[in-house]
Amino acid sequence: MMRFGLALAAAAALAAPPIVIRNANVLTVTKGRFQGSILVRDGKIVEAGPKVLVPDDARVIDASGQYVMPGIIDPHSHIASESTNEGSISVSSMVSMEDVLDPEDIAIYRALAGGVTTVAVLHGSANAVGGQSTVIKLRWGRDARGLLFEGAPPILKFAMGENPKRRGSTPSQIPGVSGTPRYPASRMGVEDVMRQAFLEAAAYRDAWRRYEARRQRGEAALPPRRDLKLEPLVEVLEGRRLAHVHCYRADEILAVLRLAQEFHFKIAALIHVLEGYKVAREIAQAGAGATTFTDWWAYKVEAYDAIPYNAALMLRKGVLVSLNSDSAELMRHLNQEAAKAVKYGGLSEDEALALITINAAKQLGVDGRVGSIEPGKDADLVIFDKHPLSNYAKVLRVMIDGEFYFDRDRDMSRRAELEARKKALLERAREREKKQAPSRRRPS
Amino acid sequence: MLLLAAGAPAAPPPSVYAIRGARVVTLSGPVLEAGTVLIRDGLIQEVGANVAVPPEAWVIEGRGLTVYPGLIDALSSLGIPEAAATAPTTGRGAVRAAPAQPAPAQAPAAETRPAQGPEDRPSTTTWVRAADLISPADRRLETARSAGFTTAVTFPQRGILAGQGAVIALAGERPGQMVIRSPAGLYATLTTAGFASFPGSLMGVMAYIRQVYLDAEHYRLAKEFYARNPAGNRRPAYDRALEGVLEAPRVLLPASRAVEIDRMLRFAAELKLNAVLYGAHEAHRAAAALKKAGVPVLVSLKWPERERDSDPEQIESLRVLEFRELAPSTPAALAREGVRFAFYTEGISSPREFVRAVRRALEAGLTPEAALRAFTLSPAEIYGLADRLGSIEKGKIANLVVTDGELFQEKTRVKYVFIDGVKYEPLPEAPPEEAGRPEPSREVAR
Repeated sequence: MMRFGLALAAAAALAAPPIVIRNANVLTVTKGRFQGSILVRDGKIVEAGPKVLVPDDARVIDASGQYVMPGIIDPHSHIASESTNEGSISVSSMVSMEDVLDPEDIAIYRALAGGVTTVAVLHGSANAVGGQSTVIKLRWGRDARGLLFEGAPPILKFAMGENPKRRGSTPSQIPGVSGTPRYPASRMGVEDVMRQAFLEAAAYRDAWRRYEARRQRGEAALPPRRDLKLEPLVEVLEGRRLAHVHCYRADEILAVLRLAQEFHFKIAALIHVLEGYKVAREIAQAGAGATTFTDWWAYKVEAYDAIPYNAALMLRKGVLVSLNSDSAELMRHLNQEAAKAVKYGGLSEDEALALITINAAKQLGVDGRVGSIEPGKDADLVIFDKHPLSNYAKVLRVMIDGEFYFDRDRDMSRRAELEARKKALLERAREREKKQAPSRRRPS
Repeated sequence: MLLLAAGAPAAPPPSVYAIRGARVVTLSGPVLEAGTVLIRDGLIQEVGANVAVPPEAWVIEGRGLTVYPGLIDALSSLGIPEAAATAPTTGRGAVRAAPAQPAPAQAPAAETRPAQGPEDRPSTTTWVRAADLISPADRRLETARSAGFTTAVTFPQRGILAGQGAVIALAGERPGQMVIRSPAGLYATLTTAGFASFPGSLMGVMAYIRQVYLDAEHYRLAKEFYARNPAGNRRPAYDRALEGVLEAPRVLLPASRAVEIDRMLRFAAELKLNAVLYGAHEAHRAAAALKKAGVPVLVSLKWPERERDSDPEQIESLRVLEFRELAPSTPAALAREGVRFAFYTEGISSPREFVRAVRRALEAGLTPEAALRAFTLSPAEIYGLADRLGSIEKGKIANLVVTDGELFQEKTRVKYVFIDGVKYEPLPEAPPEEAGRPEPSREVAR
């Protein structure tokens, strides 16, 4: 629907000639590094290695001296959406980020310019049980549906600690409505809200099972009312929806791990988890993932015990660790965040890059499609001018599904044209305002 | 103006009129350069080049005059005296607009505790009917008639699912006489309450509406089930909010930017709504999708502008500038694509401003014929009333506008409007905003 030019270009890509990126330093993340080529056809990586046969009809991109890595994956962001929190209630699992995707959020393009190709768009952390969250690819120029990472499992966001236990001190904005404080007001209350929600969801699931049984027996029965709040919780219980849990302190990390055990589901990702290093063994034993910052801390009391070694320490204890941005700005240099994990904790190149690629992909359940450079995977690739773990590295091009969505040269060359267009529009707006102004003040 | 304010005139108005020898733009057929329109008892009795004028008819000599079907305002609060200025429907502001403040005439007593979820039916008053609220004494009716409007679709507008609209004639002695069709549709907004009460976000409102439609379907099933099996089953509780949802023949959803149009089209398809989108300022980018979906559009004539007291130094983004610049090209784009659309004038307070707003669409490529259709036959079609409104045809309601020139020209004056066959003359055009005195026609925000 939008930006016909690009949309058509993307459609045409299905029949487009194959692309070969040649002479590059290829950082596969899962299969080491080599100097060679990558063959891309129909949006997929077909071949990657030191020697790749270049098809006659291929478009060849010479990447001599440049570095290619898999598209960066950010498992926790709030870009590309027009809402972040449904903070009015403590269980808001009926809301869905997918409803409010904004494919025109400029943060998408800026993230692309930082080499990011896939992000999870998460509900905020205002409440114990947050909203349904979704994974997108940064296909800038496509409409909301065109962003969706097709086949990615859905996510439900949960939150522990300070944010969900705020009692809602905000005065009511509605005249006549009192600002009744929200339950819960304590950490134990947060856990209680989650437990109650799961118990309610289990009862709801059982009601549907009873109905199905009656129906199969041929009895006249009215189906239960569908409840959009409980359905996603049932999906978590049944393992059809990933649980991502915002948490900071070691005690609440343990609390939520126990809760997950009680209801027999796995936590795909503990988010922030700044004290994760204190309970890394327990996290690993529970099979939960962890996605953290390297050196962003002390922005609230919960974040005082953070250390930059968190990622490395958890990784060494066997936790599946990734880094996330939670910020449209930090998102643009996640490669530097990964580099910090080399400095603090001595991770290898592959381990550091895995924090922002394959590990994040696993936490989002999309590692079969993205997160490394391997034949058969989506051609989501980033070309850097220098090694991506260098502070000096710049993103030159970004490919998603075999299509370039960011090209540094093209961006630079379009700037003058855009400036001119903007100037012309400003001029026209000014003229219009001038034309309208006198009639308003015409003497009677 | 005093005619209505003072109540019924002493003598009954004539019931037979003949507008003789005028240019008649029928819309249903060719333009008659010298035609006669015969009006009797509120209906169009005859129209044509050779219509015999009966002796009892009051004759209006039509030389130099043009007769059009009366204009229809496709979305308004006209006739609802308590209606205040409503939420903007353009740009990002639309979503976070005006909190749902219950008005005495339209909503029940103020809620006392925040809504905890969809079950509390927040900001929902689907049982409120515009037809029950209208009054011929609303002074805005007169301003609308002065601009050539004879008919409006009017809605209770406060809340998320605010209430049932009505198609009304813009004059009448008693409210009941004004109603042409009720209910005409359910007016929906995406109003949010922040963290204070559910729903506090755009996604919360959408989840809420989704749950309401699921609930309505379940309510329907439950009532049917109970009707078949009353013995041994508990009766479903009566729910006036869901009764209103089930009763509405269509739903009006706000969508101004292209992203919002795309979002609401998917939402309407998912919920299987008979939807009409309103706002639509960036529909020029979504015309093909609208055509494909077969969803009609109500285009706001209140074109987006920079706020008058905004910082003159502030440089706006290219996207915002383009949004404003290209909004008036929407009607032309919709006409080209064959999307059914109508106009509405909410936020426009004078006939002069109205003509100016239409002219911006004409300058952006809309033909005068297409513009006229968007004020007449198209809204009649959208609301399922093309068999009685929207063109000058024998048997249709005698809602007409008579001008001394082409409509939508700044110099053209509306001479008369006919509403249900009754003739009204427009107000003398007020000099624009005399110092120290508000324009008489300006809407008063309460």
